[in-house]
Amino acid sequence: MDNFTVGVVVFPGSNCDRDVSWALEGCLDIRTKYLWHESSDLSDVDAIVLPGGFSYGDYLRCGAIARFSPLINALDEFVKSGKRVLGICNGFQILTESGFLPGALVANKNLNFICDDVELEIVSSKGGWFNNVDEKQTIKLPIAHGEGRYHCDSDTLKKLVDNELIALRYKNNPNGSSFDIAGITNEKGNVLGLMPHPERACDETIGGTDGIFTLKSLILK
Amino acid sequence: MDQFAVKVFVRLRPSVLDPAGEATKSASIKLGAEGIKSLRIGKMIEVKIEGNGENEVRGKIDLLCDRLFANTVIEDYEYSLEKL
Repeated sequence: MDNFTVGVVVFPGSNCDRDVSWALEGCLDIRTKYLWHESSDLSDVDAIVLPGGFSYGDYLRCGAIARFSPLINALDEFVKSGKRVLGICNGFQILTESGFLPGALVANKNLNFICDDVELEIVSSKGGWFNNVDEKQTIKLPIAHGEGRYHCDSDTLKKLVDNELIALRYKNNPNGSSFDIAGITNEKGNVLGLMPHPERACDETIGGTDGIFTLKSLILK
Repeated sequence: MDQFAVKVFVRLRPSVLDPAGEATKSASIKLGAEGIKSLRIGKMIEVKIEGNGENEVRGKIDLLCDRLFANTVIEDYEYSLEKL
């Protein structure tokens, strides 16, 4: 772990990049490196976080423009190599827009920007992102989004269920997501996208530590 | 080279809930408009584009619509094209 480095991607409009870096460095002693979105050299990072925010002002659709950045183009090889990628909030939106994860995230059912702590059920720990949360099947994480309603067609939903790709479900669905989905993985399990913010739940003094294990999982091989 | 004016319409698929459309429908009824059965909000994108004939331009616009202007997981698109 000494040299393990997590790349934290910075798009114009990202606003959780420093929070992610703070949580990894300050709470977990994991080295981080900011990666500007125009960089396509991922050779010196071992895992990547796409943080929350409003990349490119969320123009056109959330994550739609970010998809065409040199960094996202380089991400395909990175993912294929089995290295881990975590997309939080806007990062999840970017992962769906760019096809790394199925489905899409659209405006919350009630049109409100929801900023709250939510209870989440751990459905699958594929990829090991959640499998050591003190054997608790429920965790509490903050959410902060206006467009977090997960949507997919029924065939995709069946595939998600059958292949155990649903990582997290809301206990009290706040945004109208299909099947209460809050986070999913790819089939290999090395890519996780979720709307809640684990980096905001890594220290008791700011409201909880249920996010720590997910961030710590970035260093799993 | 020919120049074309293209109008692209992007709409949420009928199966996708449109809460902004629902809110606008509700406001329309409060304004006193009667008889509104459905109201959904989409986007219109205007593009001026050059190319060697309509077929080539349609090819470019199809690519733009499919890969960028619309997310076909949730949206449908159609466009009209006028030679300038």
